[in-house]
Amino acid sequence: MTALDAHLLVQRGDFDLDLRLTIAPGEVVALLGPNGAGKTTALRALAGLTPLAAGHVTLGGRDLDRPDRRLWTPPERRPIGVVFQDYLLFPHLSTLDNVAFGPRRHGMPRREARAHAADWLARVGLAAYARRRPRHLSGGQAQRVALARALAVDPTLLLLDEPLAALDARTRLDTRAELHRHLTGHPGATLLVTHDPLDALVLADRLVIVEHGRSVQEGDAATITARPRTDYVARLVGLNLYRGKADGHTVALSDGFELSVAERADGDVFVAFSPSAVALYPDRPDGSPRNTWPATVTGVQRHGDNLRVQLTGPIGAAADVTPLAAAALRLEAGLEVWAAVKAAETRAYPAQ
Amino acid sequence: MRERARVPLALLVPAGLGLAFLVLPLAGLLVRAPWGTLPQRLAEPGVLTALRLSLQTSTIATLFCVVLGVPLAWLLARVPFPGRRLVRALVTVPLVLPPVVGGVALLLVFGRRGLLGSWLDSTFGVTLPFTTTGVVLAEAFVAMPFLVIAVEGALRGADARYEEAAATLGAGRWTTFTHVTLPLVAPGVAAGAVLCWARALGEFGATITFAGNFPGRTQTMPLAVYLALETDLEAAIVLSLILLVVSVTILAALRDKWITSA
Repeated sequence: MTALDAHLLVQRGDFDLDLRLTIAPGEVVALLGPNGAGKTTALRALAGLTPLAAGHVTLGGRDLDRPDRRLWTPPERRPIGVVFQDYLLFPHLSTLDNVAFGPRRHGMPRREARAHAADWLARVGLAAYARRRPRHLSGGQAQRVALARALAVDPTLLLLDEPLAALDARTRLDTRAELHRHLTGHPGATLLVTHDPLDALVLADRLVIVEHGRSVQEGDAATITARPRTDYVARLVGLNLYRGKADGHTVALSDGFELSVAERADGDVFVAFSPSAVALYPDRPDGSPRNTWPATVTGVQRHGDNLRVQLTGPIGAAADVTPLAAAALRLEAGLEVWAAVKAAETRAYPAQ
Repeated sequence: MRERARVPLALLVPAGLGLAFLVLPLAGLLVRAPWGTLPQRLAEPGVLTALRLSLQTSTIATLFCVVLGVPLAWLLARVPFPGRRLVRALVTVPLVLPPVVGGVALLLVFGRRGLLGSWLDSTFGVTLPFTTTGVVLAEAFVAMPFLVIAVEGALRGADARYEEAAATLGAGRWTTFTHVTLPLVAPGVAAGAVLCWARALGEFGATITFAGNFPGRTQTMPLAVYLALETDLEAAIVLSLILLVVSVTILAALRDKWITSA
């Protein structure tokens, strides 16, 4: 059963969005992508704030938007709640009245709406802040009020636009955990728009990666982190990614470089390996069957307890080395080294 | 450091002269005021009548401007329509139009033989020129642009995404306007209304042209000042003093409003 079934076609200047989305009731889907990929446009189109050029939005079996049939439902009549990036809590209303705003507009009597709102504030742990104006709330509190306000009308679809982007790192950690709890409890469908892979991985059941207005990869977190299909995703999950033609245990990349892989593969494939699988040597290593190539260090950055080394050469790659190894190699930009990756450390999977 | 703190004479001298030019006439008014007989002067029935009429008409004119001007400002700020720039320019015309010309124009439309006036007269028996209603009309005509411009500016400054947020919570356009937009721009509406009221209070040219100068009916304070100037200078000074006090009080209130809203 699907709650949301949408095909979003939006034209805006020289940018166009073409995205198909389905979300089941209770499912949390993250729309993950770089800035300018069209994530927020997709969210606005679902909410009815940006018109569709074509396609459809169907929610709970009801058509909300069908440009081909001249059918359009204004935002106020869509059972869709939105948590905006900077929350947009009404500055002239108390926290309680902000949360009661939706229920009131849905015809709930004032007293009842306020009781309902108080209940929601209690659920997000802000019962004591009912009389405060939004400007007297911290970022994390404002985020929770915005969530309560959106959920107080029982939306069939909840949309969250970068819900944690405006928070500092410490608050983000707590709020993410709290948000996860509320999203798990939300019976409707949830679409989360984010450029932060951690938010997506923690909060969502399924990820849809968007680049340039198109979905480039979809799946659960495990699949996407293990088998990235674009450079953007590979960078997000911290893998080296190459595309080439496989013939048995050898994959020929487009620039002619050949990688040996452990699994047999044929045809168009991706090859991925972790930076920690790359070993660096001052001279050409010999021994077990490895992929080796001469490389030049272009940059060294701290990465957790290790150092991440950017390499150019026949193939670009990132390598993680320990500070001890880095010192032994006297690593610095411009240094010529040999890079090696065991075939067993690589993963090859079909590109189709 | 001292070099920087010094203000160039070429700026300081004209600035000082400008200030003196603005302040001296007001000081003159205060110096020449008949302080000794002020209480009796103020108690004269003519003065009180003119003052009451002025306060009444400018207040009603302001209400009229708010009721029509706020929706007009909203339309200009929020709804894109062809010819919007032209409409915006038209709204500001009374601002630059000499008020006397405004009065003549009002006569041509609302006069007894005017475009709308003759119809109003024959259908409803309503006559506008040379009546108190005519005073209100003349003041509103001249003062409305102040309100529209102030409110439109406030609307453009207000974040329209609050209105989108209201829509996603189930509020239609009218409810959004009354429950979100209006409270957000309330300081702007208040500032615009005060400016509008002050302008209406001081209105002279359009009023005397369209409504005439009948004591108790259409003779507002500025008209009374003008009339008194020809017969009784002290009376003119007293009346001017009252208008000055009212204006300064309004200005002070407005400044407070701006400071609190900033």
